[in-house]
Amino acid sequence: MTDMAFKADPAPTQRWWQRRAVKRFLRHRLALFGLAIIVLLVLACVIGPYLLPFDDLYIDLRARFSPPLTGSHIFGTDPLGRDLAARLFMAGRISLLVGFAAMLISTVFGSLIGIVAGYYGGKIGAVLMRFVDAMLSFPSIFLLLALAAFIKPSPIMITLIIAATSWMEITRIVEAEIKSLRERDFIMAARTLGLSNSQIMFRELLPNAMGPIIVAATLTVARAILLEAYVSFLGYGIQPPLPSWGNMLNGAQQYLDSAPWLAIVPGVAITLAVTGFNFVGDGLRDALDARSDIA
Amino acid sequence: MLRFLFGRLWQSLVLLVIVSMIGFAVLTLAPGGPLSQFALTPGMTQAQIARIAHQMGLDRPLPVQYWEWFTRLLQGDWGRSYRDNQPVLSVIWSHLVATLLLMGTSTLISVLVGTWVGVLGALKRYSIFDYAATVGAMVALSIPTFWFGLIAIYLFALRLGWLPAGNMYTIGDGSVLDYAVHLIMPSLVLALVNVAVWSRYMRTAVLDVMNQDFVRTAKAKGLTRWAVLTRHILRNALVPMITLLGLQLPTILGGALVTETVFTWPGMGRLFLDSLGYSDYPVVMGLLMLSAILVLIGNLIADVAVAVIDPRIRLG
Repeated sequence: MTDMAFKADPAPTQRWWQRRAVKRFLRHRLALFGLAIIVLLVLACVIGPYLLPFDDLYIDLRARFSPPLTGSHIFGTDPLGRDLAARLFMAGRISLLVGFAAMLISTVFGSLIGIVAGYYGGKIGAVLMRFVDAMLSFPSIFLLLALAAFIKPSPIMITLIIAATSWMEITRIVEAEIKSLRERDFIMAARTLGLSNSQIMFRELLPNAMGPIIVAATLTVARAILLEAYVSFLGYGIQPPLPSWGNMLNGAQQYLDSAPWLAIVPGVAITLAVTGFNFVGDGLRDALDARSDIA
Repeated sequence: MLRFLFGRLWQSLVLLVIVSMIGFAVLTLAPGGPLSQFALTPGMTQAQIARIAHQMGLDRPLPVQYWEWFTRLLQGDWGRSYRDNQPVLSVIWSHLVATLLLMGTSTLISVLVGTWVGVLGALKRYSIFDYAATVGAMVALSIPTFWFGLIAIYLFALRLGWLPAGNMYTIGDGSVLDYAVHLIMPSLVLALVNVAVWSRYMRTAVLDVMNQDFVRTAKAKGLTRWAVLTRHILRNALVPMITLLGLQLPTILGGALVTETVFTWPGMGRLFLDSLGYSDYPVVMGLLMLSAILVLIGNLIADVAVAVIDPRIRLG
């Protein structure tokens, strides 16, 4: 293939930040706002624990249930007198990591199935897509909880389980995209040149379907963070003493009346993170959609 | 039409079979399994566990177990609860009604509110209202439902004392009004996300229809704006919404289950969690299957309804 490649006119050299999609994204105010939230949250979770005077596991029974802004406890303390801020940031590392890893796994797996189903179509495609339909018929929370309850929970298992219940949406999107790309002229050209199936799938079709995949992946992070929070809230997810935003809420319900900050603080963190990813996903959709070129 | 109906029905049956295989695989292949509850019992020998496994038929090949389970499922014999030996279907039945009540009320609210937010957003495109609705919907989609429930309980039950914090009725009361009061908070909390989804899709659907020729004709005929909106725009924009409602069903059902756990609503979600806690596999299995079947039936009804309303679908 290399020796017969046509030398195309070199495209005008363009830095990545000069691309139209990047420019469009940077004009999207909500997306920038979302990006700022994510960056701030990540920074807080990475650096925060080093700046606070408390360890997330340090128990101080004299300081139990301190409301926010008592002494140097900016978010107050929990029923064991542990600093809520320190726990929040350590929990954020876990929750964001689980969300991100689950996104990676389900995006790779979902895209793979989607490409195969869309490219081959026919019986293979039908079987794969009926399986996707069937998986989507279960409320994902039921499947997630059942798996989490049966399998000994560890952060890696929880990540895998979340990924196992959220790849189907991506498969649907990719399959539809590949199906429409398959019939285009450049694929015909690639076949004529004698490219193998896997070359066509991964070097011709995949790069052209990247836009929708990136958008879906961003929204999957948001979804994964929500799912982790809920499963951990119910006690089937990340297990204490390892903190996560979800399991911090686990005990909060019984102290709702006397110590509402225990519920408010982690919940706001989850909402901020999820909002951030949803805003960015929305901005990416507008930026990567070639049809909104006029803007 | 009959051909469409049978085709669609066949499709649902195929899906049902795949769904049952997935459900069976999840519960059988998961480590632990139905026997894990005996493994920790003191004085239980390996031989006794093997005997129980044989009694329960767990030592037979998996395809045989699946086939037996699936044929019983079709006959309405869903096994008995490990907890109290009641038939699974009758255990689920009472909880199903509670879940459907919550889902129904909440969906009604979200369709009504979401339609109007969406229509207003589309009619006054790029106005402050439209912008606020767009941002608001995205934030609403980002709030964890269970946490929003907790905050609502804190505000309206604990601080203000306006509404009960949970359960479906007060013991000893049980009048319609009492049920209604208990229904307000969970159904509104559950509706929040669905209003967001519904209003977004409604806005797009109305924008699609608004610029079509038949709307211009209707306006040119001199119909009032109200008549154009209700009889021409809404009528056409609502057709794809029926499909959406079908597709959203797993999400709505999942949301209802989440909401139930926070508000101690005695529905399928509570039952699911309780059964998980007791390793009551027949009930867990029954709930998994029933929720998937509900979703399949919902989608079937939605598709048939759209085909009845819109002849282009069934002919095309």
